[in-house]
Amino acid sequence: MWQFILSMISGGLFGLGLWLSGMTNPKKVIGFLDINGQFGPWQPALIFVMLSAILIAMPAFYWIKKRHKTLLNESIHLPTNHIIDRPLIIGSILFGLGWGLVGICPGPAIALFAAGRFEVIWFLIPMLVGLFIGKKINS
Amino acid sequence: MNIHDILYPLVGGSLIGLAAVILLIFLGRVAGISGILSSLLLEKPKTWFSKPHLWRLGFLGGLISVSVLIGLLPAGDHIPSLGSHSQLIIAGLLVGLGTALANGCTSGHGVCGLARLSKRSLIAVCLFMLTAMATVECMYIWKLL
Repeated sequence: MWQFILSMISGGLFGLGLWLSGMTNPKKVIGFLDINGQFGPWQPALIFVMLSAILIAMPAFYWIKKRHKTLLNESIHLPTNHIIDRPLIIGSILFGLGWGLVGICPGPAIALFAAGRFEVIWFLIPMLVGLFIGKKINS
Repeated sequence: MNIHDILYPLVGGSLIGLAAVILLIFLGRVAGISGILSSLLLEKPKTWFSKPHLWRLGFLGGLISVSVLIGLLPAGDHIPSLGSHSQLIIAGLLVGLGTALANGCTSGHGVCGLARLSKRSLIAVCLFMLTAMATVECMYIWKLL
């Protein structure tokens, strides 16, 4: 039960963070990716979001390296693949293409839909289709 | 650049980091949205309520609940039109396919992967950032034409 509650808290904080930081606003995301300021003044918000998120998460990832169980005595599931393979390279490029097109990635897509921006369904459904196909290819 | 351009992103990013910490130290999981979604998609919906997947439902439930609440706020909508249907469809397909192949997105690779000092994530982030930036530049050029 605590697992479910804590995962909900985590998801809730994640969502709050997405909204507060402006990452659910494609204009802010594109404003960062628009490094040459072609569409308007450059918006560094994304850098600050990632920096603070990474800095806060780093100690936890360092701490868990030496452990075999979590604080709730659960097993630890960290990615074990360390090889830089073709799916990683191709996938990252494809993701970059899609992300650069509209400035939306998986988390904000869900957040926007849940908040009532239903037109994001035109992105969400194809995204789920793409995820499914991609996972089938990878397996 | 005013305080809102710096403060809100810093606070929001800290919450995202905190979310990742909670998921990790209690549940031993990486807070990667694409990973969470694709894992659920590959399984029959019946299994979503079984123990291995419960944390995924919980996480998505939290994200969705908060977003529903925020959607109810009368705050002025600063979010512009998201784009044409065809743009959204193509982008969605690329994002879904790409993150599935790369096994991560901005939260999985960008936040958690870099926080773990993962080489795979560093490559992934460099690639998708550069590609996204190039794409935006191309969009500008294309729209010019």
